[in-house]
Amino acid sequence: MEQAYRIAVGGRFGRLAALAGAAMLVFFVALPAFAGRATIEDLIFVFYMLALAQYWNLLAGYAGLISVGQQAFVGLGGYTLFALTVMAGLDPLLAIVLAGLVAGLLALPTAFVVFRLHGAYFAIGTWVVAEVYRLVFAQWKQLGGGTGTSLPPEITNTVFGIEWVKSLFDVRTSAARDMILYWAALALAAGTVLAVYLILRSRHGLALAAIRDSEPAAASAGVDNFRTKLAVYVATAMGTGMVGALIYLQKARISPDSAFAVLDWTAYVILIVVIGGIGTIEGPIVGVLVFYFLQSYLAGYGTWYLILLGALAILVMLFAPRGIWGYVSERTNLVLFPIRRRLVRSGDGA
Amino acid sequence: MTAWLDTLLQGVMLGGLYALFAAGLSLIFGIMRLVNLAHGDLIVLAAFVVLVVTTALGLDPFLAALVAAPLLFGFGYALQHLLLNRTLGRDILPPLLVTFGLSIIVQNGLLQGFSADSRRLGAGALETQSVSLGGGLALGVMPLLTLASAVAAILALNLLFYRTSLGRAFRATSDDPETAQLMGIDNRRIFALAMGVAMTVVTVAALHLGMRANFDPTIGPARLIYAFEAVIIGGLGSLWGTLAGGIVIGLAQTIGARIDPEWQILAGHLAFLTVLALRPRGLFPRAVD
Repeated sequence: MEQAYRIAVGGRFGRLAALAGAAMLVFFVALPAFAGRATIEDLIFVFYMLALAQYWNLLAGYAGLISVGQQAFVGLGGYTLFALTVMAGLDPLLAIVLAGLVAGLLALPTAFVVFRLHGAYFAIGTWVVAEVYRLVFAQWKQLGGGTGTSLPPEITNTVFGIEWVKSLFDVRTSAARDMILYWAALALAAGTVLAVYLILRSRHGLALAAIRDSEPAAASAGVDNFRTKLAVYVATAMGTGMVGALIYLQKARISPDSAFAVLDWTAYVILIVVIGGIGTIEGPIVGVLVFYFLQSYLAGYGTWYLILLGALAILVMLFAPRGIWGYVSERTNLVLFPIRRRLVRSGDGA
Repeated sequence: MTAWLDTLLQGVMLGGLYALFAAGLSLIFGIMRLVNLAHGDLIVLAAFVVLVVTTALGLDPFLAALVAAPLLFGFGYALQHLLLNRTLGRDILPPLLVTFGLSIIVQNGLLQGFSADSRRLGAGALETQSVSLGGGLALGVMPLLTLASAVAAILALNLLFYRTSLGRAFRATSDDPETAQLMGIDNRRIFALAMGVAMTVVTVAALHLGMRANFDPTIGPARLIYAFEAVIIGGLGSLWGTLAGGIVIGLAQTIGARIDPEWQILAGHLAFLTVLALRPRGLFPRAVD
């Protein structure tokens, strides 16, 4: 008898994970009502590092574009936010969105240059471009040149919705500002995870997985490798730019050396992705938690902490190249974000 | 007019320094397709080794570099043998990430051991001597020596590549590692020797870096970028091309600095991006990759 097959993604456990995810989201949205300011500030850090890690993971783990220059877009986002709020007087939250657009727009000429390089040379090429942006922004005298500038308090204190939050929770301006930044960071992080998940489940995700596994095979199956990679590069630049804008809205002080820092915005991010597990959505989530705890307990040791991180990167790459989540899911078959397509017989429960 | 001629000559000589930075990177990439993100930090590490030898043994920097070179050759051999050989394969992420980690370790290890203070290798009277060319032009002996060292290093590497059996093994492994192995070449040993040779060239680069300007543990990544730009401008796999690439960066930087001191580094990067946009495979391409 002929059997009918269909393609399925996910299963009963995937739906359970989706429910748990929704519950967690509700929890995090409500959190500022009962959590202290220190917790809020720590979570903002966790959220924006998570978003950066997801973008880098999409770029390197799926599109095979290993960039060491994502700090270019963090810096562009941050500087765009400063320019739009200080010089054009826009609302900071609106400026975050526009900063993403600017970063995406500038990703096009950047791609024109760096896409001429491949593999490891692409990596250093992206770094050079980030350095060029850093040096160019150091020349922008209205925004402080090489020493940078601060965001006037009246800008962050008049952010959209702040009066409403102040009266609702009966808190002072600074606490209300932190809450709004917290929700913005949460929205960015959750939106990023969801967007990456939906992209990977779409036909574009299938094309990306094909490119990751073998570029010639993907091309022969009709995938336009160049356009797919370019789309991912521009999309991640937009996301990274928005995160950058949020980061510098929170820090309220920007300088070329900090905004375009390879260590903070690329090295740490790569470490998070690799420790957690590259090429999975779960990996960066696990990685950012590990990184947060390392940072909280060990950052006081300064250079020794950085030496430890460097050693950790080497050890993970040599002995567990698929990271913590790769190790776990290999042994347990656990998948929280199902994107793999399976062939199942019709009628079977899936 | 004289001032501009002087700028050009200074640029060419600065290019010699960048070519020295780049030669080791070019060699390693040519033989094992490894892009070493720690290359700049290894140059700085070598400069500190030379510095330690000068102070511990009371030698002048040139003799100290002679003492340091075999040590750094051994270090390179061990580094490749124990660590980097494990990362080579089809996937480019492991070598990138491991050398990135190494870069962080070397940089912070040096900060821990030597603090962030600026250092210099004193070259004595050489530092201020110059050769007059007439017409108000004069060339510093030190920069001239750097350019001569770069030419000599590239000449020596070319001789090693094309006139010795080790060079034949280097080229064979570079062309086709599997077949080289079938012919009885131990690739892993060849790679380790290549890294040793690269670290020897790095010692020469470090010697000139330390005698010409101040250095501190944090300047490695910028040296890596200059070296990388020189390699790409010259064309992958061509050592003379790397010298030309170094000179292009050196010229761009000195011309940029002459227009406005703040534009020095930026001008070098822009020259690189221009070459990349117009001739993506560099000026003298050789290797395909």
